[in-house]
Amino acid sequence: MPDFDFAQPTSLNEALELFAAEGEVRALVGGTDIVDQLKTGRRNADMVVDVKRIPELQRLEVAADGLHVGAARNLTDIGEFPAVRADYGGLADSSVLVGSWQIQNRAGLGGNVCNAAPSGDTIPALLSHDTTAIVASSTGRREIALSDFFAGPGQTVLQKGEILVELVLPPSPDNGASSYLRFIPRNEMDIAVVGVGSYLQLGSGNIVEKARIALASVAPTPVRARAAEEVLEGNVLTDDLIESAAVTAVEAATPITDVRGSAEYRRELVKVLTRRTLGICRDRING
Amino acid sequence: MKHISMTVNGDNHELLVDPSWTLLETLRDHLRLTGTKEGCSNGNCGACTVMINGRTANACLVLAAEMGGNEITTIEGIATQGKLNPVQEAFIKDGALQCGFCTPGFIVSTTALLQRDPDPSEVEIRTRLAGNLCRCTGYDKIVMAVEDAAAMLRG
Repeated sequence: MPDFDFAQPTSLNEALELFAAEGEVRALVGGTDIVDQLKTGRRNADMVVDVKRIPELQRLEVAADGLHVGAARNLTDIGEFPAVRADYGGLADSSVLVGSWQIQNRAGLGGNVCNAAPSGDTIPALLSHDTTAIVASSTGRREIALSDFFAGPGQTVLQKGEILVELVLPPSPDNGASSYLRFIPRNEMDIAVVGVGSYLQLGSGNIVEKARIALASVAPTPVRARAAEEVLEGNVLTDDLIESAAVTAVEAATPITDVRGSAEYRRELVKVLTRRTLGICRDRING
Repeated sequence: MKHISMTVNGDNHELLVDPSWTLLETLRDHLRLTGTKEGCSNGNCGACTVMINGRTANACLVLAAEMGGNEITTIEGIATQGKLNPVQEAFIKDGALQCGFCTPGFIVSTTALLQRDPDPSEVEIRTRLAGNLCRCTGYDKIVMAVEDAAAMLRG
């Protein structure tokens, strides 16, 4: 492993001073991506800052404006949190799919987001819940819609000196539910060939009040399938409508052919997983 | 170098660690606890599984410098007073190992699983142990050993 300096701040202000310093300063949460990337030279660091001991980054609670998840909170805690299981089903689904149990015990939600892999399992679920990223630097704070957060494979819009503090998911009403599914050729421990996170909110007469569909592993960043959302919204939810949305979702995918699957296969998977996640959302609302 | 104080298998250790040392290197090369194995070094194989404050982790992806104030349990801390833990006994009885390289990681993961759920289903066993790879057994004997260890621990 290359040489780097190390710091373990216990307050956000102390951390933001460190991130403002010259050179490449990297945040460390679970280390499940960054330590391997440092070992193999895929990312570099002059300083590694362990942000797990900053209280704001460990937040996990429901407030009036929704669910707040600190960027350093581990995926096991998130997947087991009762409010996540009850009201943010897609986030619960995806938290327990990332890597292994060992990985989930260490890896932070903010780490999965900031690693910005096109295949990051938690990201479609967060996008389906209209998540906002709260970002801070030594000069201030700003909010970024998560749909504007990703700039390319492994790249975010965070500027030098900025870190992700927390993710805020708006309140999820009783008539709303989310779901995440990914396809991998094994049962566990693999990278999504395609992942789909969906959210549905149903009004009287089963009319879709709100729909969100987000896709992983089919573009340089996670993407929303906005045209498919429009197919759903304002219409009565039927199997035919779900099928029509699933077909439309494929338009948002611009997949490549690689070792995990061909572009054609990925487009087919977008259709299948969109159909299935929307069905699970409907079952969860009715269940 | 950074000064840390951590507990390993109940013993407190005061160490000066380089920021680039992993917990795995520190355990094996500096504390001479070589029961924890290095397999893939990237979090896929689970041979380096240890418990940090009661939760399993891949020691190859943890920096020793992070560990100040933490309690680590390695395979050397699973047997108590020279007596094998029921998980270890079950792995021997059921022949749940061949070359044995993955076994310390499996024993630590199984111990954590049974602390959480004393009567796991086969699906739960296979899911919770998915981060531990064995290239010899084909897993069936490992699952059997976990079920037997669970029964022993339930009494």
